[in-house]
Amino acid sequence: MRKPLVQPYPKDWFLRTRAYRLFMLRELTSVCIAGYLVFMLWWLYQLGKGDTESFRSLLSIAKHPVSIGLHTIALIAAAWHSITWFNLTPLVMPMRIGEDRVPNVVIAIAMGYGPWLAVSGFILWATLR
Amino acid sequence: MPEQTITLDVFRYRPDEDERSTIQSYDVPYYEHWVILDALNWIKDHVDGTLSFRWSCRMGVCGSCGMMINGDPKLTCAAFLKDYFPRAIRVEPLVNFPVERDLVIVMDDFMSKLTSVKPWLIRDDTRPMEEELLQSPSQLAAYKQFSMCINCLLCYAACPELDGDPDFLGPAAIALAHRYNLDSRDQGTAERQDILGAEEGVWGCALVGECTAVCPKNVDPAGAIQQAKVAVTKDWYKRLLLPWGKR
Repeated sequence: MRKPLVQPYPKDWFLRTRAYRLFMLRELTSVCIAGYLVFMLWWLYQLGKGDTESFRSLLSIAKHPVSIGLHTIALIAAAWHSITWFNLTPLVMPMRIGEDRVPNVVIAIAMGYGPWLAVSGFILWATLR
Repeated sequence: MPEQTITLDVFRYRPDEDERSTIQSYDVPYYEHWVILDALNWIKDHVDGTLSFRWSCRMGVCGSCGMMINGDPKLTCAAFLKDYFPRAIRVEPLVNFPVERDLVIVMDDFMSKLTSVKPWLIRDDTRPMEEELLQSPSQLAAYKQFSMCINCLLCYAACPELDGDPDFLGPAAIALAHRYNLDSRDQGTAERQDILGAEEGVWGCALVGECTAVCPKNVDPAGAIQQAKVAVTKDWYKRLLLPWGKR
């Protein structure tokens, strides 16, 4: 008589290996990004009021150490998320020249790091000029 | 018998006697050249003939002897005792599958998922062919990696997505579907696309990437799934924008 046993999947699977932990870390970065977006929406709402008082209070909140700390965390999270995705680009979009695969590092630079640096450089130039 | 021994803590489940699984410890002779499968066979031959497990080729080709070794999915014919000695080794059946008995899992669900993606060459014209279908080395290179799958199911045991959604098609089935979609001789992409493009198809994957890490044949199922995501998305846009055109 067949009586298959269903095993529960380990509930702590995401802590079990380094790869699982890194995956969860990557997924959790989206919480920081979502938090930052909520802050941005609130920022836009306050700006939309158009009065000096709201703008002054915005600036004082933005300069507060807690705000700077949260922004730093969001920046690190966004950078970490971007880097992990750039590194995964060759997995998603492999390229071949005849029988040979284009090296992963070339794809990651061409599709990810290169444009990232170019756009960041442009924003830096446009802001500081 | 050598002087040294190693302990194997083996998962036991006898459906005719047990309500739940137990762990049974066996002391096994330790040889540097032995793999865990050798130790399991020694137990079956010398200690306990009722211990059940699947194996066949002993050389990483048949894909039968996949088990959880200290919690990691591995082919037991390729996992050497010396890499764990002198500590005890925990041997359990692959997770994400029901257990038939001891270390033997029920594969029915995977088999139906695999056949659902039609992992064979599909041709528009099904009449016997006059000439063989030629393929260039670069056309072969396009899919060869994904054709190395031996259906050992280590990738299914490594995939946490399957716990949340047991209907997820899973790494090996998607990799094989993608393998045939990439084959220059195949004309069945449209037949596979509804299954691949479904929520339980490629979109069930959040790219944990462990399927690729545990694959003993370097098939890279995670890569296949992401590439299939791009392919089904392109296909969806083509159908949306060019409803009158050929897909």
